[in-house]
Amino acid sequence: MHPIVKVSNVIKHFKDVKAVDGIDLEMQQGEFLALLGPNGAGKTTLVEMIEGIQQPDSGEILIDGKHWAGHAKELHHLIGLSLQETHFIEKVTVKETLKLFASFYDLPKTRVEEVLELVNLREKQKAFVDKLSGGQKQRLALGIAMLNKAKLLLLDEPTTGLDPTARREMWNILMRLREEHKISLILTSHYMEEAEYLCERIVILDKGKILAQGTLSEILTANNFHEIIEFSFKEKDVNVDFIRNSGLGRIDLDDKTLKYKLFVSDIVVQLPTLLSLVKLNGFSMKSLECHKMTLDDLFIEMTGRRLDQ
Amino acid sequence: MQSSLLQLIIIQFKTFAREPEVIFWSLLFPILMAWGLGMAFNKENESVITIMQVKNDQYPDPSFRKFMETATEIKNINSPDGKAKERDVTIQGLGTTHYKVIDGTWEQAYVLLKRGVVNLVLEERTEGLQFHFDPKSGEAKASYLQFSSILKGKQDDLAQAMIKPLSQKGTRYIDFLIPGLIAMGLMMSTMWGISYSLIEKRSKKLLRRLVATPMSKSSFMVSQFVARFVLCAIEALVLYLFAKYFFDMTIEGNIPALITLFCAGFFAFCGIALLLASRTSNTFVGNGIINVVVMPMMLLSGIYFSYHNFPDAVIPYIQALPLTMIADGIRGVFLEGAGWAELVKPILILSTIGMVTFVSGLKVFKWY
Repeated sequence: MHPIVKVSNVIKHFKDVKAVDGIDLEMQQGEFLALLGPNGAGKTTLVEMIEGIQQPDSGEILIDGKHWAGHAKELHHLIGLSLQETHFIEKVTVKETLKLFASFYDLPKTRVEEVLELVNLREKQKAFVDKLSGGQKQRLALGIAMLNKAKLLLLDEPTTGLDPTARREMWNILMRLREEHKISLILTSHYMEEAEYLCERIVILDKGKILAQGTLSEILTANNFHEIIEFSFKEKDVNVDFIRNSGLGRIDLDDKTLKYKLFVSDIVVQLPTLLSLVKLNGFSMKSLECHKMTLDDLFIEMTGRRLDQ
Repeated sequence: MQSSLLQLIIIQFKTFAREPEVIFWSLLFPILMAWGLGMAFNKENESVITIMQVKNDQYPDPSFRKFMETATEIKNINSPDGKAKERDVTIQGLGTTHYKVIDGTWEQAYVLLKRGVVNLVLEERTEGLQFHFDPKSGEAKASYLQFSSILKGKQDDLAQAMIKPLSQKGTRYIDFLIPGLIAMGLMMSTMWGISYSLIEKRSKKLLRRLVATPMSKSSFMVSQFVARFVLCAIEALVLYLFAKYFFDMTIEGNIPALITLFCAGFFAFCGIALLLASRTSNTFVGNGIINVVVMPMMLLSGIYFSYHNFPDAVIPYIQALPLTMIADGIRGVFLEGAGWAELVKPILILSTIGMVTFVSGLKVFKWY
């Protein structure tokens, strides 16, 4: 069987920005894959090239073994998508919008009804699009993506800007879809929890390149220092060079929380050493916390920047 | 399920119907404008001539003083020192002229000349009454000729002239105006309606979303045009019916030729609109682009006033503008009884403009 998506050495430049800088990616049918990265990582450009909306400068993209050139019509039927931000026509109702898109695929009326149920918009079917909340708009966009029972669904930041409840509702719909239909999904996000919760495979992008990929535990354990001691001092402006030079592990200051993060291989071994070092240098700790590395931490460790920046 | 073309057209109509402002601006506004302008220029309004006099009691001018004897004081006039008099003079065939004479000094006269309150200044001097006015202004010249004849006691000369007022249908201002308004409505509705909505759909990424489906691009364009055409046709019809019942207008010429011209004009503007909207996704840029094309035609094409007042050298260029061709064509059929013979040329030219702009617009059209 073909991989549903095969991306080989794809490059796309905009003026002097390398949006996608030599990416290889293969995705099997039925797989749920998350593209994770901060703004400007190249997620949208990559997804839009897979969707046939943008053309790569070089490299090759195959969907179900086919190029976009010469198979556009066929591939449009095979793909369902939602763009990062689409405003549908304002004074048109939810149901009319679905009906319009259904007509492009020659779908029966019953499919519109089914989709209204699937994305929980039955109650809002007669509401004008401009009266919908952010979550409802995103569910409408998802509904449109699902209309044609596509084999491959591509959702570009489907939950960005939504509150936790709306996000959770979106996740539930996607989880149900995953259980009931054998579809493949590519989802972009800068929320680590979303990628963790929905997708078995995570691809971390930064500056147009793949930084890491695999299952969550594969990514995290590939890194030797995957446990974290997070702490702060009672004293102000402590010079932490004594820790930095101790060989315990990499130390970073989180600008947001003003806490230090020490990346270690084994908390059980390294915590006592850290505590005695601090004491020896005459400082005392204000807070101390230990946890396993998350994708956020991993991203900070790899790039020095936060994922949601 | 209905075909996608039908769905697209239905959606277009629904969006029109659900925006009541659209109905106002496209249907009611042109009628209000026609009514307002039609009434303003149709009224049997008496003409008013406002004159500034710079008095000099040392050298009174007998004819002028005599004229002022029967003039009455005006109250509440906005003049420099509040002194002004008025008098009506009726001349056979010319109707009544209402004269307002304001007292003042030369300084005050200059201010009022600059503000356009007066266009004629009288000064009593040793050598007699002096008239000061701008000889390049037709209005000032007419005021001078009329007033000086009256002062010389020659109003009978004016009256003796063979004057026959024109009030026949087809020669009134409203007759000139209505075909122009129909042509302009067609341009505005098409250019703004189509260009702006395409640019907006692009800026909202809706075009991008639509072409990521198997939707046929030509169906999409056709739906935009069909819906707009129906709106334009209703607009024109409503304006015509208003003029027919309110101002008693009739169509003298060939109606099928008129309809064909209207369609060709619509097609030309559709093509131009598509071309203008083919690249940008910024509605502000779009606004500017549309204005650059629409404004000159609005000003030059003789919608409100005849373009024959422009220098002869530019008239052929004005006549080559699509809006001029449509306005002149509609006027020809409405007022002069024109038919296929007169209209075939503009119809062919407009269709060609439409074809060329449509094809090239579609070629460079940015869907993403």
